[in-house]
Amino acid sequence: MTVKQYKEILAKPLLEENPITLQILGICSALAVTSNLSVTLVMCVALTSVVSFSNLFISIIRNYIPSSVRIIVQMTIIASLVIVVDELLKAYDYETSKKLSVFVGLIITNCIVMGRAEAFAMKEKPFVSFLDGLGNGLGYSIILIAVAVVRELFGAGTLMGYEILPLVSNGGWYPANNLLLLPPSSFILIGLMIWGIRAYKTDQIEPNEYKLSGHATAPDLSKRELNV
Amino acid sequence: MNDSVLKTLTVSFLVCLFCSLVVSYAAVSLRDMQNLNKLNDQRIKILKTAAIYNPDESIESQFTRLTPKFVDFSTGDLLDEYGEYDLDTYDPVYFSKQPEHSTPIPASKDIAIVKNQENIGKIYLLKDSYSNLEKIILPIRGYGLWGTLFGYIAIDKDLNTIKGLEFYAHKETPGLGAEVDNPKWKALWDGKSIYKNGEVEIEVIKGKVDPANQMASYQVDGLSGATLTSRGVTNMLVYWFGESGYKETLKNINYDS
Repeated sequence: MTVKQYKEILAKPLLEENPITLQILGICSALAVTSNLSVTLVMCVALTSVVSFSNLFISIIRNYIPSSVRIIVQMTIIASLVIVVDELLKAYDYETSKKLSVFVGLIITNCIVMGRAEAFAMKEKPFVSFLDGLGNGLGYSIILIAVAVVRELFGAGTLMGYEILPLVSNGGWYPANNLLLLPPSSFILIGLMIWGIRAYKTDQIEPNEYKLSGHATAPDLSKRELNV
Repeated sequence: MNDSVLKTLTVSFLVCLFCSLVVSYAAVSLRDMQNLNKLNDQRIKILKTAAIYNPDESIESQFTRLTPKFVDFSTGDLLDEYGEYDLDTYDPVYFSKQPEHSTPIPASKDIAIVKNQENIGKIYLLKDSYSNLEKIILPIRGYGLWGTLFGYIAIDKDLNTIKGLEFYAHKETPGLGAEVDNPKWKALWDGKSIYKNGEVEIEVIKGKVDPANQMASYQVDGLSGATLTSRGVTNMLVYWFGESGYKETLKNINYDS
């Protein structure tokens, strides 16, 4: 493979084939851990490293994995990586690991990780698989960081815990938007992003699976015959 | 021939073996650091309860301002020694689960659902630079809605005024019962009184406290949507400041000073 192809594998998942906005995967954690930017960053690093290394290891042993147990083998590798990441977090960043609580463990069930393992790493060579994992992890991170910046800045008036917009409750001028601190607001934000990306990259728009029918015309009562 | 039974078993076995080795190596090699983090986390809570926590200073050195003491719940005496146990590392919650170091609480008295109470507890005294007593930090625990809440409460040297309350572990619903962690709610506790004529009167009420009420200094606003958690907090205070808890101990401290 050429350097150009490597670059393409790394860059494509960032916007064009973004796992969140095109494939709508990994939404669960995108909702749950984006109310605070510093927590989000740790989650992004955790997921990116898990998806890159799970792709790498699965690709290394791809020719030896019996197809009847391949999902279990993938899960074993992914789960082990997640546990290692969780243990590292508990040792080196205890505060954030407390805030992330179950969501680090839930990386195991993140569809992006499983999806890349099954769709890419089972077929491709180790190095490109690693790049693909890295690209997808970064694509996930870009969306999460964007959501987190909006949510923390306009929901709490801070970024990374530093005050940017002084809140009314602290004597400032900015009335906090509490909706943004609640998980459903990420749905709205991600929805707006998908809209924006699809308006720019029109080839992402899926064809309609149905066609709206026109309004049925109301019956003309004056012409109705009386059935007496 | 990847799909033969032998190959399937071999690959599965090797993958599991390798993964378990990696996981156990990570778990064992990082355990000390994780335990230190947990200990520091609890120490920070104790320092915060005492309202002397400074994030820029080392936790170790700040913690030396607090004097730990053993408490004998049967007599209310403060002790400096208990068997071969080290005052610094003694964990009352751990000992409450050891049958030879704890007493089951009869159901009729167990309003906070503590179940087993350690025979010997541990409290912290905060003294000023002239070694006069400033605050006492007492561990408390009790059942909320989903599980036991573990926390610390600081009381003033008058032995009746609450100075701070912190929970370091609980399983309450985020947004409802978990609001026990909300700094605004915790701030409501500062200055509230516990005993009136020797009875524990402090209570988390339903709704807002009416400042005109003569009992207002014994009442704290309830957490909206979390009646059971609020009741749990009341029960735990009534229990731990009652006869089976720290009541006798506080009397003894009063005589000492």
